[in-house]
Amino acid sequence: MKTIQELHQIREEKRKELDLRVNTKADTREKHILVCQGTGCTSSKSPQILEEFKKIIKEKQLKNVRVIKTGCFGLCAKGPIVIIRPEDTFYAMVTPKDCEEIVQTHIIEGKKVERLLAKDIDGTKVNSLDDLNFYKKQKRIALKNCGVINPEDIDEYLAFDGYLALEKILTGMSQDEVIEEIMQSGIRGRGGAGFPTGKKWELTKASEGKQKYVVCNADEGDPGAFMDRSILEGDPHSVLEAMAIAAYCIGANQGFIYVRAEYPIAVKRLEIAIRQAREYGLLGKHIFNTDFDFDIEIRLGAGAFVCGEETALLESIEGKRGQPRVKPPYPATCGLWGKPTLINNVETYANIAQIILKGSKWYASIGTEKSKGTKVFALGGNVNNIGLVEVPMGTTLREIVYDIGGGIPNGRDFKAAQTGGPSGGCIPKEHLDTPIDYESLKEIGSMMGSGGLIVMDDTKCMVSLAKFYLEFTVSESCGKCTPCRIGTKRMHEILEKLCNGEGTSLDIYKLEKLATNIQKSSICGLGQSAPNPVISTLKYFREEFEEHAIDKNCRALECKAMSKIVIQEEKCKGCGLCQKSCPVGAIEGEAREKRIINQEKCIKCGTCLASCPFKAIG
Amino acid sequence: MKEELVTLTIDDQEIKVKKGTTILQAAKQAGIDIPTLCFLKDINEVGDCRMCIVEVEGRRGFATSCIQKVEEGMVVHTNTQNVLEARHVILDLIISNHAKDCLTCTRSGNCELQDLATKFNISKVEFEGERAEHKIDDLSPSIVRDFNKCILCRRCVAACKNVQKIGAIDCINRGFESCISTVGDHSLKDVNCTFCGQCIQACPTGALHEKETIDDVWIKLKDPKAHVIVQTAPAVRVAIGEEFGMPIGTNATGKMVTALKRLGFDKVFDTNTGADFTIMEEANEFIERFQESENLPMITSCSPGWVKYIEMNYPELLPHLSSCKSPHQMFGALLKTYYAQKEGIDPKRIYVVSVMPCIAKKFERQRKEMQNKEGLYDVDNVITTRELSRMIKQANIEFEKLEESQFDAPMGEATGAAAIFGTTGGVMEAALRTAQDTLTGKDLEKIDFEQVRGGDGIKKATVTIAGKEIKVVAASGLANAKEILEEIKQKKADYQFVEIMACPGGCVMGGGQPIKSSKIRAQVDVRKLRANSLYSIDEKSTIRKSHENPIIKKIYKEFLEKSGSQKAEELLHTTYQKREKYQI
Repeated sequence: MKTIQELHQIREEKRKELDLRVNTKADTREKHILVCQGTGCTSSKSPQILEEFKKIIKEKQLKNVRVIKTGCFGLCAKGPIVIIRPEDTFYAMVTPKDCEEIVQTHIIEGKKVERLLAKDIDGTKVNSLDDLNFYKKQKRIALKNCGVINPEDIDEYLAFDGYLALEKILTGMSQDEVIEEIMQSGIRGRGGAGFPTGKKWELTKASEGKQKYVVCNADEGDPGAFMDRSILEGDPHSVLEAMAIAAYCIGANQGFIYVRAEYPIAVKRLEIAIRQAREYGLLGKHIFNTDFDFDIEIRLGAGAFVCGEETALLESIEGKRGQPRVKPPYPATCGLWGKPTLINNVETYANIAQIILKGSKWYASIGTEKSKGTKVFALGGNVNNIGLVEVPMGTTLREIVYDIGGGIPNGRDFKAAQTGGPSGGCIPKEHLDTPIDYESLKEIGSMMGSGGLIVMDDTKCMVSLAKFYLEFTVSESCGKCTPCRIGTKRMHEILEKLCNGEGTSLDIYKLEKLATNIQKSSICGLGQSAPNPVISTLKYFREEFEEHAIDKNCRALECKAMSKIVIQEEKCKGCGLCQKSCPVGAIEGEAREKRIINQEKCIKCGTCLASCPFKAIG
Repeated sequence: MKEELVTLTIDDQEIKVKKGTTILQAAKQAGIDIPTLCFLKDINEVGDCRMCIVEVEGRRGFATSCIQKVEEGMVVHTNTQNVLEARHVILDLIISNHAKDCLTCTRSGNCELQDLATKFNISKVEFEGERAEHKIDDLSPSIVRDFNKCILCRRCVAACKNVQKIGAIDCINRGFESCISTVGDHSLKDVNCTFCGQCIQACPTGALHEKETIDDVWIKLKDPKAHVIVQTAPAVRVAIGEEFGMPIGTNATGKMVTALKRLGFDKVFDTNTGADFTIMEEANEFIERFQESENLPMITSCSPGWVKYIEMNYPELLPHLSSCKSPHQMFGALLKTYYAQKEGIDPKRIYVVSVMPCIAKKFERQRKEMQNKEGLYDVDNVITTRELSRMIKQANIEFEKLEESQFDAPMGEATGAAAIFGTTGGVMEAALRTAQDTLTGKDLEKIDFEQVRGGDGIKKATVTIAGKEIKVVAASGLANAKEILEEIKQKKADYQFVEIMACPGGCVMGGGQPIKSSKIRAQVDVRKLRANSLYSIDEKSTIRKSHENPIIKKIYKEFLEKSGSQKAEELLHTTYQKREKYQI
């Protein structure tokens, strides 16, 4: 238990000590070696790197050097990442073997280890993190502390104004004032649907009931999305603080964080954070010496995608099979065990303390008219800089893909980007300049979703893409309502037929009919949005569906069953390279004569395409 | 207090309905029939199947009419092209994953899915595709589960989990692979199922049905060496007519007896006679235990689903259970001893068929306790009311047109007390009539115990007999049974006599009775109609007390000596055992 004065003292002292983390000109002799301990870097041995550094520092008896574990820096493609502060040197793809050299050259001799410096897309080596194009257009609010602080040390969170927002509201703001502030900030739910957060708080506060609950939805399930995980791994206290703020506003004294069990690091850091917050009296009874009591428990999800749907999540917390409830009533009036319940997503919570501290005006100045603040995207697919990016709302897709993401690899063309995961839709080339916010994405047939952003180049077949997403939905449907349980299965079957060259134009009609009816009649958001990938690909790439159905042709050559590889007679010079490259001996013809592909033998692997110097094969 | 009304518009009709009414109910009041499948009034109101969707102006997507409540000024459209197409697609999808073997399905003609398919004019399935294949579970003596016909409405789950509080079945797997099953996907015979059969009553299709055993009856009927006796339980007579288009609750005793004779049974007897024996033994047992204050309260034991329940869940309370066998078992035991002896028939040749409203009786019949020293079972076959109606139809008998006839002598006479065995509170009332006369030594006229009648799940009363107050309770449905047992276990209650029936409402609503669709159940109180018919039989009976039944008197005199005699103990009483819930 710490008094307000003690907390202030810790904050002040620690802030001085950690100035080098955020200030390259910090007046210090210390050096901090920050090693990313997010899931991505951890899976490429970053814990060993951390240990190795500690061992070396100890062996060499270096004073004033500390090795710090941090959350994700964002640029996962370059992991494991090591950053040395205060000079902010960015070392990429570090291995445990490199530690000795980094310590010797960088720390002891004061020179950079050139071979490990991160390179930008154009090949230039960058000296510091902020020099990378990847970071230049980003604005970090939700990810503010990720990669800066040690997530397992509450003092480090306190150093950067941690729990100051909670103190501010508990000691000087009424519930309505706080809600008004959140309302004015314009922040909307980051879980996908974009419901105004302040409005949700207001509704839950207005609901009658002595017992109310605050829930954090950390069941991030969209394939490719990992911003919530990164926040929990890199800055867990920001979520705890925001939940306490929310609880104060709506009149709750108990919170639950529903986090997927597949996020063991996040769970562990949350557990540590909760324990530390309780020790400091920031959770528990009489927080900041007021009448406000609040505590948080963790509930683990068992891997069902649908449990990210708020009512299915509630069922799961209650110990029942994770399936959605029919709405209305909404959780704000009838949630956990029938009590009014506020559910927000991790990323939404991560913004709250900042809004309270810097004010709603500041927050509302970022973003577009209707979508305020920033959004974190998990950039993936055929893009150079794979990782987590946080950009102001209204940033265009082009800026994200080309400026931040570094463009498409291998000189290929951009074909489409998928946002919103299996519930979202694809955005074609002609909409690259669409400013990304809730309304614009919806208008062009996609959705914000939780923020997965998968880039596809021109080798992707859009029918296969739709099939891929439907496969996901089919296996993640909870089975409760008919349209989703059987309907998505039928849609997937039709897409499979199309990809196998067995479809007809009637199948496209059936696909559309199923899609519209499943969208309208399913119980929950998962079912209602399950057809989106099909609807949006049909909208922008209908001719590809028709080619599959009528011409039995897949232009991207992804649907093997249909693609027929032929050698164009007029272009073939008879060099025979293709014949040599064919792994199954399907190419026939005598030396210096034009070659022919025996279609019965051909396995459509595409090796010959690459081997032909005259581009005669296609 | 004046009830609050809500005004809304449904398909251009403005109507006023009570606040809290669902859109579905409101539409019904406006004369609009919204199709449903998963909806089962008061039992399953979850909106899973999506058939009942409607459009509500100003609302995104469809509203779920079976659960969503009306609101002031709401404008509902139940029949737009949008709604019709969506419902059609949903039904098409359900049928695409359904085993369409209607010709050989036991529910053909009484299937809610079939009805909707006809109504929607589904002449061809548009979205055919892979069907989820499931193995059939027919290993239990009572219930067959065929999930190839299951539409995942979960009415059975709600009946088992919410109404009965058993939870033997629930949804397993996810998405397209979802199916209703047991713990570890084991057979129903190896889990905590009581075989009450309420799941069958809830099922809209042929996915759940009783384990049919009428083929064995036909074989015996053809066997000249077999002496085939049929006995019918009280509740059967007030329900069987429904299978032939008669109004719910019609007393069809006479026609039923004629039909049984036509089917070729050698003797048609009345289980009610057995019920009179049960009263004699149970009343006697109660008086003894009451006077000795031993193992009180005494709890009735004629509902085999209930007996299995207490054996599995409250074995420590088994001493409270009456040791009396159920009426048809007592009767079977007497048929193979007293009757065989009297008629000079080798008991081995006697084949006793019980027609029961119950599927747990199929399990009870096979209990090893129901086997005598010679290895003969009291009863050789149990068929349900539904199975009997199938036999009658198979034999081309026009039931409605049959003359009425009487049960056969010498064991076909029964009292009004026995008739009311078929409804909740009836066993208690019948026993109290006999106990009252026995304790007072008088022939009392006040014999109606109104306190234990009616449809409530738990009915408590204090009756005064011979100056002594007796606290009684009649509970039906296993959720209510559980409540009473908990009271007893925690010593919070001081009942002396408890009647428990596994099925909500008693035998008239048993798992083997004619199945009523969700629509009928939403409109008609089926229990009340059938129960009233039994009370009317009682009222019209000349003899209304079991101990006054001349056959009873005769058999006690000639054979059993007296209630609780050694012979009666041997033939009419049984024992119970602690039973593992899961044998897996």
